[in-house]
Amino acid sequence: MKYLFRRTVHGILLLIGASILCFLFSDLAPGSFFDEMKLNPQISSSTIAALRAQYGLDRPLPVRYGSWVRSAFRGEFGYSFAYNTSVRSLLVLRVRNTLFLTSLATILAWLIAVPLGVWIASHPGKWVDRICMGATSLLISLSELVLVLGLIYFAVRTHALPVGGMASTGFDRLSVLAKVWDLTAHLIVPAAALTLASLPILVRHVRACLVEILGTPFIESARAHGVGRARLLFRHALPAAANPLISLFGLSVGGLLSGSLLVEVITGWPGLGPLLLESSMSRDLYVVVGIVMASTVFMICGNLLADVMLVAVDPRLRADLRAE
Amino acid sequence: MMARHKILAAVVLLVTLHLAILFAGFVAPADPVVQNRDFPFAPPTRLHFVDLRGHLHLRPFVYQWTPRPDAFNEYEESRDREYPLQFFVSGAAYRVAGLVPSRVHLFGVDAPAQIFLAGTDSYGRDQFSRILSGGQISVAAGILATLISLVLGTLIGGVAGFWGKWIDESAMRFAELFMVLPWLYVLFGVRAFLPLHLSSVQTFLLLIAVIGTIGWARPARLIRGIVLSAKNQNYVAASRGFGASNVYLLRRHVLPQTYGVLLTQAALLVPQYVLAEVTLSFFGLGLSEPTPSWGGLLATLQQYNVLVSYWWMFAPAVALAVVSLGYLSVANAFHERLQSSSS
Repeated sequence: MKYLFRRTVHGILLLIGASILCFLFSDLAPGSFFDEMKLNPQISSSTIAALRAQYGLDRPLPVRYGSWVRSAFRGEFGYSFAYNTSVRSLLVLRVRNTLFLTSLATILAWLIAVPLGVWIASHPGKWVDRICMGATSLLISLSELVLVLGLIYFAVRTHALPVGGMASTGFDRLSVLAKVWDLTAHLIVPAAALTLASLPILVRHVRACLVEILGTPFIESARAHGVGRARLLFRHALPAAANPLISLFGLSVGGLLSGSLLVEVITGWPGLGPLLLESSMSRDLYVVVGIVMASTVFMICGNLLADVMLVAVDPRLRADLRAE
Repeated sequence: MMARHKILAAVVLLVTLHLAILFAGFVAPADPVVQNRDFPFAPPTRLHFVDLRGHLHLRPFVYQWTPRPDAFNEYEESRDREYPLQFFVSGAAYRVAGLVPSRVHLFGVDAPAQIFLAGTDSYGRDQFSRILSGGQISVAAGILATLISLVLGTLIGGVAGFWGKWIDESAMRFAELFMVLPWLYVLFGVRAFLPLHLSSVQTFLLLIAVIGTIGWARPARLIRGIVLSAKNQNYVAASRGFGASNVYLLRRHVLPQTYGVLLTQAALLVPQYVLAEVTLSFFGLGLSEPTPSWGGLLATLQQYNVLVSYWWMFAPAVALAVVSLGYLSVANAFHERLQSSSS
């Protein structure tokens, strides 16, 4: 419990640091949302100055940061210039959609990667191993961008799947079953792209960990005792490899989020990605900060989850913590 | 253990690609920005070896595309004249590696025919030439940004590991902060705060600076780890006992131990940063028309009809994938070499 508390405090400190960093970056940058208005001769410079004052952009950085923190405590996270509403109301649905997509892809990727990695690790150097390693190198070098474009090409060419967005028009009028089907159909392309993109690194790590474990004496002795192959792999070897794999889970959250940004924008999935691109273009400062902070929260939560799982899985760590 | 010939193949592939990109003007048959408004979205020119009478030609030849009269953006080969492939032909003016003016191209065909190895884009510009000169932007951005990251990482990691104490503590906290931010989100965010309308040279430098600076944390942590273990070696202590200065110790004993990791990191970071540039340009936050870059070339695929109808617009993706594959194989080889030498 104490450990969890310490990790949480650490995460919160990181968040505060990240928010300060965000504001520092924003202060370094020349120009703001209202600069585009200067091009419009119908808007006088005093109007722009008044607008800037209204949104508090004319005040010094620490003051702006302070008011942002206050607004974050009120649950608003600043104000969007373009939408004239609080950042929170913009983000809530989008955060849900992004979380939905990324967690689905994570689960799928791990469900495929662990058995596949264990399987090819038990045949090192054989043809399955070579094919899988070749395929993973190819997938890594293709990157999310190309993968998702290729999948869209396939989906559009075969007319098998809808592309773009999260729901068809007239979604509200569908029955529950049809709604579920519609959502699934829209989900397949982005989820498949994201899963395929995060899969190769996981498979490679699972394989590397397992190959190392399979060479150790305790596996040799278990085999000598006549332990069956499946039991040997999944009951003896896999738990021994759990530690680095759980750490990998924490680290992979960041890559997954970045990948999901791309996939969301290209497939039009209404998550954080498209909003980030749009607000980057229009320099909607607080929306950008809000999205970067939201993604940082995901990442810290992923790391926290990994920490907790490590303690849950590894009795040695628990003993260490108790000894403290 | 990766077979020796595989590493060699990867290195040869990478060197060839980089040379082709460096000498893009010579290898490419056409000027990357010259438009052929008569040939929008022409498919890749086919190389023929057998003519209409069934004679075999050792020197391949091409037919000229002509627009099909009854269709839009569709072409057929006009078979009445063959244009044999020529080598070292004179064509559009360019500068060898950006310096020496020249007109000689590696290959080409006689006018009025043109050779489009990877088809043409919406303005009828030769995609193959655009991919090569786009590589000059994308790959150079990747390499330069990697240099920035590694220099920053070595400096901060080296200082933190060597001097330790509060410097180390604060540098590593700072690195943790950078590593906890998902890098693509940060890249977009930082780009959002920078001016949108810049000249292409400014944008290029800005992109490199942003991409390279954001990525300093991981190399810094790795370097710090090595420096930390190296400075506690007995021979370093002995050397210090003989009166060696800190700078001498760093230069002579500590930093040479980091070269292996630096090389591996470089081979890993270059494809990642090339991809970063491609991503930003793809979304219109990087270099814009008419300067070709791989992301900008791929951006046409955002148009639904282009994506569906013209498969050769995927060609820049192939170039990107081949470059990444080459770098990643080399990185793997370095990594295995390091592991086998340390254990």
